[in-house]
Amino acid sequence: MLEIKNLVVQIEDNRILNGLNLTVNDGEVAAIMGPNGSGKSTLSYVIAGKEDYEVLDGEILLDGQNLLEMEADERAAAGVFLAFQYPLEIPGVGTMTFLKACLNAQRKARGEDELSTPDFIRAVNGAADRLEINKEMLKRALNVGFSGGEKKRMEILQMALLQPKFCVLDETDSGLDIDALRIVSEGVNALRAQGRSFLVITHYQRLLNHIVPDTVHVMSRGQIVKTGGKELALELEASGYAEYRAGEAA
Amino acid sequence: MPAVQETIDRVRSIDLDQYKYGFETTIEMEKSEKGISEDVVRFISAKKNEPDWLLQWRLDAYRRWLTMKEPEWARVEYDKVDYNDIYYYAAPKRKGPESLDEIDPEILKTYEKLGIPLREVEVLEGIAPERRVAVDAVFDSVSVATTFKKELEKAGVIFMPISEAVREHPELVKKYLGSVVPVTDNFFATLNSAVFSDGSFVYIPPGVRCPMELSTYFRINERDTGQFERTLIIADKGSYVSYLEGCTAPKRDDNQLHAAVVELVALDDAEIKYSTVQNWYPGDNEGRGGIYNFVTKRGDCRGARSKISWTQVETGSAITWKYPSCILRGDDSRGEFYSIAVSNGMQQVDSGTKMIHLGKNTTSRIISKGISAGRSQNTYRGLVSAHKKAKNARNFTNCDSLLIGDQCGAHTVPYIESKNASAVFEHEATTSKISEDQKFYCQQRGLSEEEATALIVNGFVRDVLQQLPMEFAVEAQKLISISLEGSVG
Repeated sequence: MLEIKNLVVQIEDNRILNGLNLTVNDGEVAAIMGPNGSGKSTLSYVIAGKEDYEVLDGEILLDGQNLLEMEADERAAAGVFLAFQYPLEIPGVGTMTFLKACLNAQRKARGEDELSTPDFIRAVNGAADRLEINKEMLKRALNVGFSGGEKKRMEILQMALLQPKFCVLDETDSGLDIDALRIVSEGVNALRAQGRSFLVITHYQRLLNHIVPDTVHVMSRGQIVKTGGKELALELEASGYAEYRAGEAA
Repeated sequence: MPAVQETIDRVRSIDLDQYKYGFETTIEMEKSEKGISEDVVRFISAKKNEPDWLLQWRLDAYRRWLTMKEPEWARVEYDKVDYNDIYYYAAPKRKGPESLDEIDPEILKTYEKLGIPLREVEVLEGIAPERRVAVDAVFDSVSVATTFKKELEKAGVIFMPISEAVREHPELVKKYLGSVVPVTDNFFATLNSAVFSDGSFVYIPPGVRCPMELSTYFRINERDTGQFERTLIIADKGSYVSYLEGCTAPKRDDNQLHAAVVELVALDDAEIKYSTVQNWYPGDNEGRGGIYNFVTKRGDCRGARSKISWTQVETGSAITWKYPSCILRGDDSRGEFYSIAVSNGMQQVDSGTKMIHLGKNTTSRIISKGISAGRSQNTYRGLVSAHKKAKNARNFTNCDSLLIGDQCGAHTVPYIESKNASAVFEHEATTSKISEDQKFYCQQRGLSEEEATALIVNGFVRDVLQQLPMEFAVEAQKLISISLEGSVG
């Protein structure tokens, strides 16, 4: 599904990713863990196509398509979805308006018909119910005045609606209480399917109790330094990132 | 909201020429000689078969104007206008059509290109839409088409070119003309008083709710023709009217002067809602050839509990100098000003409002949204004042500016004067930039950069767009997107 080869990225002369290699298979849930500053968020932004980053080398292939040659909106239409760590507020733009504009923009880019309004409303309501999102929230401006937990649920609602192929969750667990964590995780688990893969970025093992990964990668200094099964997350929880951090200090 | 999708589609479909309405029609015009003089003033008055009192009124204005200086306090820069290098009167040669059939097909074609419907058909077909729009179409200076006239007559509403009203309702015109914007008011208004060509006249009788929204479309067509519209709207006791004004103009190279005057009078318990979408030619990328728009718009809440509301969407003109204002004379009267001013390229906007609180318990509300892009300069200039007798005057002002790119400017110049200690005036102002993070977020969800900008801008102006009648809101949204074309990326 996703293949990253020798990715080298810098921002304002600071090298963040140093020849990163990563493969995520079809239907796989891969977790990336690592200490602060190891480049996890940068990786998620570069996959999604944020402009501030300078890619010096390497490639990112989604089903063979080179993402680095595409604009952010083209990548979205190709099936890349990033659940933001800090979702943005768009004042004055109704949530439903935003969702419909995005969904139809993607469908148009793929040469599909726009979704009819009844179908659209049905799809949104269904997803909102599963995520225990109050319908009143959908009438408000996107993310404006939402709590941290509400924003994260809104991210997952968008994911459910847009039906992406490759989902990146950037520290989706941050700022969530136990109940919100359960709801969000169930939302994600419901979307696990053949033809859809996940890259789950987190500091903490606790998210991985809810979204159980197939593989766990440890990231340090802009590279994947260790790969294992879900038990690797438990080991990290016990030992901490000390051994990886030591490398950074050197 | 489908309007947003429509905006997006519209942006996609725009061709390279940003100013879509830039075309000229070739209809023979009848002109006065170039320049301004007493003779020209007499020529205009004679052309319109005006009574002597109006000729004298014009001449008084002209003589006064000769002693006045062009104001220089606005934050706009432009080459001096040569007032003797302008035609002050131009009218299509054919006059006074009785029906649409009699209208020059060239003129109808122009309207068609603009997408302006002359909705006669709806009536003929017996279609009764919930909200009709009566169009008194102003083509250059002389009104050439009036529809829905009969239905308005039934309600007792008078809606006609002001030149006609001078003949048919002289007592009303004489009583109210110049009563809100005096002949001596300011340089441009005084010039207008001397040479005004035509415009709309509206009178709503006591207790009548005007059965449809009234709409006038202005176009500036003849090369070098100054346009001096004069509009007078009177809402008698307990009446209501909503008036829509929309403007587009053909593309041209020379700067064009436009100095309109709009006067509104609201008597006891009356309400006037005046909405404008202004889309005159803003000039090319270097700022050449755009319209100079020096407008005096003022409403007088003359009666108790009267209300006047201005809503404007300003996207065009090279220079905009415009302050639609309310004089809150009647006790418990209310003034509102909702504005979206978009500037791009080399446009200069100096616009705002004045809320003059004279009566007791008067309230006013100002919501201004300025959007600057390109190398444009966008200034909000507003005055809120409470006079001695204005007990318990209340004002709320909110001025937000949005910057797109880093070569434009936004300025807010609020003046607040209070001579009554019980007055409460609130002022809020913000300036923001469309953040790259917001744009990226939208793009990550599948919107292109332009779509993302349009969406964010639509959100920014939403409070004001909501004040516009539906059909106008959609048009305004399209215009805003068109105006900001090429400002991203």
